[in-house]
Amino acid sequence: MHIDLFLTCVNDALFPQTGQATVRLLERLGHTVGFNPRQTCCGQMHLNTGYRDDALDLARKFVGDFRDAEVVVMPSGSCAAMVRELYPQAAQWAGDEALLREMEALAPRVFELSEFLVNRLGVTDVGAYYPHRVTYHPTCHAMRGLRVGDAPLRLLRQVRGMTLLELAGAEECCGFGGTFAVKNPDVSAAMLTDKTRHILDTGAEACTAGDNSCLLHIGGGLSRLRSGTRTVHLAEILASTEQEVYA
Amino acid sequence: MRANLRNVTGAIRAKRANVVGEMPHWEQLRDLGAALKDDTLADLPDRLLQLERSVQARGGQVHWARDAREARDLVALIAEQHAVTELIKVKSITSDEIELNLALEERGIHAVETDLAELIVQLSKDSPSHILVPAIHRNRAEIQELFNTELPGEGQLSDDPAALAGAARRYLRQKFLTTKMAVSGVNFAVAETGTVCVVESEGNGRMCVTLPEVLVSIMGIEKVLEKVEDLSVFMELLPRSSTAERMNPYNSFWTGVTPGDGPQEFHLILLDNGRTNVLADEFGRQTLRCIRCSACLNVCPVYERAGGHAYGSVYPGPIGAILTPQLLGMYDKNANTLPGASSLCGACYDVCPVKINIPQVLIYLRSEANVQKGLTAEALAMKGMKFVMAEGWRFEGALKLARVGQGPLVRGDAITSLPGLLGGWTQSRDLQPLPKEGFREWWKRRGQEPAAASGEADTSSESKERV
Repeated sequence: MHIDLFLTCVNDALFPQTGQATVRLLERLGHTVGFNPRQTCCGQMHLNTGYRDDALDLARKFVGDFRDAEVVVMPSGSCAAMVRELYPQAAQWAGDEALLREMEALAPRVFELSEFLVNRLGVTDVGAYYPHRVTYHPTCHAMRGLRVGDAPLRLLRQVRGMTLLELAGAEECCGFGGTFAVKNPDVSAAMLTDKTRHILDTGAEACTAGDNSCLLHIGGGLSRLRSGTRTVHLAEILASTEQEVYA
Repeated sequence: MRANLRNVTGAIRAKRANVVGEMPHWEQLRDLGAALKDDTLADLPDRLLQLERSVQARGGQVHWARDAREARDLVALIAEQHAVTELIKVKSITSDEIELNLALEERGIHAVETDLAELIVQLSKDSPSHILVPAIHRNRAEIQELFNTELPGEGQLSDDPAALAGAARRYLRQKFLTTKMAVSGVNFAVAETGTVCVVESEGNGRMCVTLPEVLVSIMGIEKVLEKVEDLSVFMELLPRSSTAERMNPYNSFWTGVTPGDGPQEFHLILLDNGRTNVLADEFGRQTLRCIRCSACLNVCPVYERAGGHAYGSVYPGPIGAILTPQLLGMYDKNANTLPGASSLCGACYDVCPVKINIPQVLIYLRSEANVQKGLTAEALAMKGMKFVMAEGWRFEGALKLARVGQGPLVRGDAITSLPGLLGGWTQSRDLQPLPKEGFREWWKRRGQEPAAASGEADTSSESKERV
């Protein structure tokens, strides 16, 4: 299958290794991966912060960039939820019927990485090897927006050499929420404190998730605590093999 | 306060999950609840007129209040007509919305809250911080101290919950038996029959709606249901979602007046106070499905940390964050900040018994609020970001610039302090710096290398050389 990668702007700017891992993983599974260099940002930050018109401009751009794709896969639950759930809603708010139809046509071809692997490709064992103690944080948009369910866990359980540790309060938001973390720093920090405490309680070497935005926030908190526990994107674990560990 | 909140919301949350879990058709029931509410809202004027006729036909009186002031005046007028200087109240957030107690006090009428938690809030001259558990922010020791000073004749009470409840019971019982007029809220009103319903846990509500001579019930116009049978759906949805009980201990229904039994005068006040504006907005309208169960407050991580008072509104939590700005309008300086008080985690939507998509309404209202705020520094920053993001090459260029520009901010391997609007980030977290090579550069470099280039077209990339 030919897969179009939508990297997301956060990964593009800060986490190139997640994009590289996604490419290598999908290629290892026998697919070709394309990267349209025109792509930038899905507009989530704009829409969630209340700039609907700016967000719609970026949504139109996304639709234009990926209109002809067979499938679009992104290593981010929140961006996938944005495209699939919020684009159509935003088009309705703006009363743009033509755009709404285009978005609805594209939406079924848009996937977050783990749901693409498990639900679309039917793969849970991707041949990964990752000899570390890891705990998994289910991100809100993947869990409640996209309903990816246990797809990430099913993938992680098949990773050889890895110890998967259960996280207390896993389903509670880490407190990132995009600009929420900057606009309501105290509440966000209180949520983060609980999340990092639960992560450290597991004794894990690394916390993984399907969204680098959440991991940026959680990792920033762990770094401030000088905890030594790292964050690593799910794609990087799944791309790792005995020959080459990517993360 | 955070510890109190965590204990109580945590306990309700776990109990709720249990009693919802035992309902195999919970999802269908939620859909039905949402659909019934939507249908009624679609015909709201007709339903309300039908309700008015039904109530009048059974000997009740119906009053229409466009705003809070009209509703307050109506209650005060009825009290004055009966020369009442003290009345008893069933817990009603609608009455808080119209600031009834304060208005009555100014006219020499003292309103006594009879719900235990509302009484605690009232005696401590505080305001409720939760829709269902108004004194959630108070612990037992604080209540002991309060009762020892505010309930004379009880002596020194211990902090035993039974002793504290007993003292409140003795105080309230005397009020129930001697007060001539009561004010209640309304959980549901049935248009078909004119039946009004209040559900509660302590029995104080039952006392208030049966013992006094005069009963005034205030309802937001969205509380009307079409048929009696609709009640059965909400009687399942409401208690399980709110108190995590299978059924409320007290469900009181009354229809007009019955000679010789119960209040001989019944007034129903239909309150608009901004609701028709909410109804007029096709995207915000779903907010009016709300049955005030407070399940969204109990799961909200923001509410749990900030508490109810932080919202500065009588409706706290996620539902307050969408209801208050719509009721008051986006020009209200506090209300238009409320849609921002969420990380959009979506837990509220998952538990809402009438499927109000709170996260989506929050996002919708954020845009509405920004329109009201005009061109702020944030709006300009967003415009700038959009300009950069509008073309791939611009974004690539901006990343290159940022890599150079971040130099002075990087300490070791992290950015520990950001300037200006972004300072909130580094208050409690480090930021990792931009990497030396971005994905785009890697992708280009990879495409230029012969081995990788041939690998791009090769679907079986097993033996492909790693870059």
